[in-house]
Order: sequence, then C-alpha cells, then structure tokens
Amino acid sequence: MVCIIDYGVGNLFSLKSSFAYLGAECLVSGNPDDLRACDRILLPGVGAFSDAADKLRRTGLDRVLIEEASKGKPVLGICLGMQMLFDKSLEDGEWRGLGLIPGSVVPFKGAIPDNFKIPHIGWNPLELTQERTWLLDGVRNGDHVYFVHSYYADCDSRFVCAYAEYSVRVPAVVRSGNVLGCQFHPEKSSEVGLRILKNFCEGDIC
Amino acid sequence: MITKRIIPCLDVRDSRVVKGTNFANLNDVSSPVELAGRYSQCGADELVFYDITASAESRGIFTDILRETASRVFIPLTVGGGINSVEDFDRVLNSGADKVSVNSGAIRNPKLVSEAALKYGSQCVVLSCDIKRVDGKFAVFAKGGRENTGLEAIEWIRRCVGEGAGEVVVNSIDTDGVKKGFDIEMLEKVLKAVNVPVIASGGAGSADDFISLFKQLPDIDAGLAASVFHFGTVSISDLKKRMRDEGIPVRI
Repeated sequence: MVCIIDYGVGNLFSLKSSFAYLGAECLVSGNPDDLRACDRILLPGVGAFSDAADKLRRTGLDRVLIEEASKGKPVLGICLGMQMLFDKSLEDGEWRGLGLIPGSVVPFKGAIPDNFKIPHIGWNPLELTQERTWLLDGVRNGDHVYFVHSYYADCDSRFVCAYAEYSVRVPAVVRSGNVLGCQFHPEKSSEVGLRILKNFCEGDIC
Repeated sequence: MITKRIIPCLDVRDSRVVKGTNFANLNDVSSPVELAGRYSQCGADELVFYDITASAESRGIFTDILRETASRVFIPLTVGGGINSVEDFDRVLNSGADKVSVNSGAIRNPKLVSEAALKYGSQCVVLSCDIKRVDGKFAVFAKGGRENTGLEAIEWIRRCVGEGAGEVVVNSIDTDGVKKGFDIEMLEKVLKAVNVPVIASGGAGSADDFISLFKQLPDIDAGLAASVFHFGTVSISDLKKRMRDEGIPVRI
C-alpha cells in the first residue's frame, strides 16, 4: 500500500486517479500512523518551497518521513516533493529541506539563456544515466515526460538516474538508496508516467 | 530538448463537444470523455476543455465530465470558460484540471490573474486572449469574441504576464475558422513581448499549417486547434510524424 502524504499542498486528484487506474491500493493521509503502516510513501507537492516545507514541518510529518526513510522504506518525491528531499532550496531565500539526498535546489533564472522560457513547461525526453533504479524499469532512453517547474536540483551525478536537457542538464530522476524523486509529473506523463508509478507500487526494492 | 506541443481543444456544451466557425454556427461532434481518450492515445500532448455553457446547473455537468476525463486520461488538462474568480479555480482544479485559462474574467477583474497566481502558482494560470485587428491595431475581444474591450492586445498580454500568467494562448479571431493557417504576424509580436510559453490558436486547416507555424516561429511552444482534429482532417499521429521528419522536436 502506497501512502500519499496529505499536508495541504497541491492537488492530489490526478495522483489518486492514476493509482486507481493502475488498480493499485493507495491511501491519502496526513496521519503519522498511516505513514508508518504503509509499504511506500509518496511525497507530492506544487507551489512555493518555503510554504510546503513549512507545512510539512508544522504537521511533524517531516520527522516521520525521515524516520521511515531511514528504515529503508521506499519514498518517492514528485516535483516540489522531489525538491524537498534535498538539503536546501534557494527559491526566494534559503530554505532547509529534508536532507535525504545531498544537494540544493536552484533557480533556472540566471542559469539559462534568456531565450529559454521559465517555467520549464512541456514534454522533454529522458536521458538515462549509468545509475540504475527499479523505478525506471521498462522506461527507455528518450521516453518523454511532462515537466512544470522553475527551479531544479543541483546535485552530484551519482544521485541522478535520468536527466532532461533545458540548456542545463536537469536532474529528472534522482535516487539515494531507497529515496527516489521525479522532477516531472508521472501522473501527467501518459504511458511512461503510469509505468513509473506502477513500478513504485510493485517494484522489487531489493 | 523540449518538444513542441500539439493541443486539441474541446469546446463543451451540455456534455457534448462542439466547434464553431468564427465562433458561430456550433456543430455537435462527440463525447468529450471519449474524444479526450482518443486524442491522448494518438499522441496529443495536452488537452484544453472549454466550458461554453452559461447556467450554473450545466456548470455542474461540465465538472462531472472533467472528473471522468481526468480519471482516465493522464496528460495535462487545461480548463477554460466561465472562470471569473479564485473559487472557479478551486472548482476545476479539484475536479482534475492542471491549468486554468482565464479570458473575459481577467478583463472584468484584472486582479484575478495575480490572486490565482499567488494561490496556485504561475504554472497554473493561463491567459487566453481573443485578438482581432481593428483599425490596424490588435484589439482584445471579450465574451467569446463578441465584444471589443478597447484594450491593446500586446500591452494587455505583457501586463497579465507581469501579474503572474504562466502561459499565453493567442487566438486570432481574424484567422479562426478560416483554415488558411495560423496568424504568424500576430504571434510573432506576442513572442517578442513576453518570455513565457505561447500557444498558437486559430486558423489551422491542415498539417502544413502546423509545420509552417513551427518553422516560421521557432520560439512558439504549441499549436492548438479543434475542428481539424475533431473532423479528422488532421490526424495527430500523422502530424507528429511529419513534424519529426521536418526536424521539429516532437514527442512520439
């Protein structure tokens, strides 16, 4: 059973629908007991980093999430949820993240030429790296996924399982042990995205 | 490299998809949920659902259709039509929309864009603009293209992007329904004015029109159309293969 963390950030309609479509059991909850009881935890998120990180902290779910991740439970962050897995974000200031993957979240602004639009919106192909993850089983190099974001992760390449090109190399799928993240929206990425979500529900984590 | 998007637009009234020529003479086409599923399978990159109903009760039917579609189709969904307040944003976002497009609502209440962007983020707010040449100037029209607002289009778009609109749909009333190609001149002016994604709408009559759009305007992000897709004049999968063969970045 996957638990989608409900901490009052973002729209969970499509994520819930994707799991229902896949016939996978999922629970949307902000209750620490549910996070402890489930097999896998999904951290969603859209909007501003500081606001989301603050909400997660105020509910105390940040500590539960870190505890469960340290026990080896698979955790998947999506979009802003992925960004929160890192040490910090430089979105309008400097904000502390969960520190589950080493690295920071930095703005596209100033890092890419003016003719590249911000946000990075649209379908971009994945460039798979040497770093393998069961999350991407069945996903091929060049498969397209749907991105919407204005900040991206700046981290060591050993944590990156797939990049996307947007003037800079954007970490698209990141991994540190059992902690995983997608910068794009798998629930909006058609067949490829559904495959990734299915892997997350059923994948062999060993 | 990011790909150019092909976006079918579904005008929905009384739970059916309709499409007009120059905004009049609407013809029924098909079931929105089925059509959306078919387009997604054929490679549509995104869908726009436009609610052209007026009454509160049909608004409820529209929301049901949206939910049903979003439960079966897993590509981005933009919803427009009848968006006048932040509560309208809530209503459609809670029913499966990913982005919300504002048009007349923003003209009536210019704070709508900034309020919605603050609450949901710019990526969620799409400015849709119906533009027509009047006395050699680009004028913004409201109410489905029936009313000249007197606003100058480029200035209006620049202002809304400044307030937080994250994408702009430019619909040329001059080329809409004429099927002789997109309004390159108008689109070029908008592309020069803003640095957010710009979606071309109005005028597609053939696959050639899309090819020529992306070739002439390399900065354009997407092409949107309705009837050419609904009536099968342009097949999305064939169009995307042609785009690939022409060297235009595309998702296949």
